[in-house]
Amino acid sequence: RVLFPPTFSVSEIKNKQRRHFMFLRWKQQQRKEKLALKKKRRKEREALGDKAPPKAVPKTIENQRVYDETTVDPNDEEVAFDEATDEFAPYFNRQTVPKILITTSDRPRGRTVRFCEQLATVIPNSHVYYRRGLALKRIIPQCIARDFTDLIVINEDRKIPNGLVLSHLPDGPTAHFRMSSVRLRKEIKRKGKEPTEHVPEVILNNFTTRLGHSIGRMFAALFPHDPQFIGRQVATFHNQRDYIFFRFHRYIFKSEKKVGIQELGPRFTLKLRSLQKGTFDSKFGEYEWIHKRREMDTSRRKFHL
Amino acid sequence: TKTQNFCRNEYNLTGLCNRSSCPLANSQYATVREEKGRCYLYMKTIERAAFPRRLWERVLLSKNYEKALEEIDENLIYWPRFIRHKCKQRFTKITQYLIRIRKLTLKRQRKLVPLRRKIERRENRREEKALIAAQLDNAIEKELLERLKQDTYGDIYNFPIHAFDKALQQQEAESESESEAEREEEDDDDEGKREFVEAEDSELSDFEDMDKLETSSEEEQEEEEEVEKESSQSKSKGKRPLKGPARRKRPYIEIEYEEETEPGTKTKAA
Repeated sequence: RVLFPPTFSVSEIKNKQRRHFMFLRWKQQQRKEKLALKKKRRKEREALGDKAPPKAVPKTIENQRVYDETTVDPNDEEVAFDEATDEFAPYFNRQTVPKILITTSDRPRGRTVRFCEQLATVIPNSHVYYRRGLALKRIIPQCIARDFTDLIVINEDRKIPNGLVLSHLPDGPTAHFRMSSVRLRKEIKRKGKEPTEHVPEVILNNFTTRLGHSIGRMFAALFPHDPQFIGRQVATFHNQRDYIFFRFHRYIFKSEKKVGIQELGPRFTLKLRSLQKGTFDSKFGEYEWIHKRREMDTSRRKFHL
Repeated sequence: TKTQNFCRNEYNLTGLCNRSSCPLANSQYATVREEKGRCYLYMKTIERAAFPRRLWERVLLSKNYEKALEEIDENLIYWPRFIRHKCKQRFTKITQYLIRIRKLTLKRQRKLVPLRRKIERRENRREEKALIAAQLDNAIEKELLERLKQDTYGDIYNFPIHAFDKALQQQEAESESESEAEREEEDDDDEGKREFVEAEDSELSDFEDMDKLETSSEEEQEEEEEVEKESSQSKSKGKRPLKGPARRKRPYIEIEYEEETEPGTKTKAA
């Protein structure tokens, strides 16, 4: 029996070329219909004028995000109390000045070395030391003795940096990140001159949950408290869907409502893998948070930072 | 060079497949093998050729290197030179690699974590999408403008339009805004404290129509400027009853007056 009128489905044509052609035609039809629908809707809107229903907000992943129970409320007292008494309190009370040690894993290759140098220019009061086979556990007490506040270890794989361990030194939390899409200064298009020695401002965007808050404070603790506005430099850590994007810009206010920014300095993205309570200790450390793929990656709308 | 085959027999002494070092081809044979860090001397004699279970005789060697060598010697006494020599060589090699294993386990060891291709691809794709969703430039610009509005930069950037907008909106006393200061000028005239001095050189020369207004007190030029102030004020008083937008333009007008008078004051001062 044949349906009246007979319908031919595109997928039943055996010839690939013809099938492809029919599919393209079908696609064009769909697009035309969609355009017509849009036009009609726009006409209706204009026709209604003031009485038109408000525009529908499109659904984005950020809109549909699963509500995280650990989201920080700005007026939360408990959070405020926690922050006053955690490991970063001395920094935020301006008792300590950040001093940072940047190092790599064994035998760093050219790209990593250059990245370390650039990172050292971006972060004020930082020093790069190369590790010739020294164990981390042994250099940590030495660092504490020499008054360093933070330690950054850049892990390298196949000649490109791919991991970052950031640990706050006097017994502070250690965060392990996966680093990706690292761009050195010469690879950035339309970049400006070198970053100067002025202390940059810090922008931390979108760190909403408790975990995000603590990570944000870790990043803030890298930079000295009083930015020098003469330098007009700003370092941004922007969290979006659990990816932290780092950018370094120079800004200039062209007028009241307009600001121009120019990217200088390296850029990279980080994804948090684990957060440890104490300093870096792979075997006996107490983990505050580990990324467990099976449990945490089940939903596309759920983010942890 | 002549290529040699490897012997696959586990009891082989040298590892190469030769007539002299094949455990199957020789009825009297000895090897040194290690198990769990201890070295044993294995021997095979012709008398036990019929009993495969008892064929290989095993002797534990002592941990002490020299003693073990002596033990090999006394066990393999009267054996052919070749086998004795090779046994001792093999034993030496084994002890060396055991030492190296023990040393390495003390040092930090690199743990290799395999990358998972599917996961890597998924994360890269999600990162790209997150980057597009982030709209970093816009976010940074917004944040900087916010900070400008909230006055975190203090006095570095002066945008009079902004200040006068504030005056319009709030219409209340703002201690630092220029409009209020001008209104109070009548009282201050006698004291001569607050004056309007047009700063001719603005540090931020990039900005278009930036008139940097500074309230500074200059006690030297009080009297002269008071006179000019009164004159400008009288003109301003005339214009005061005007409506809002005109009032808004008032400060601009006064600026121009000051410009005209200022070179005069400067010449007088000089």
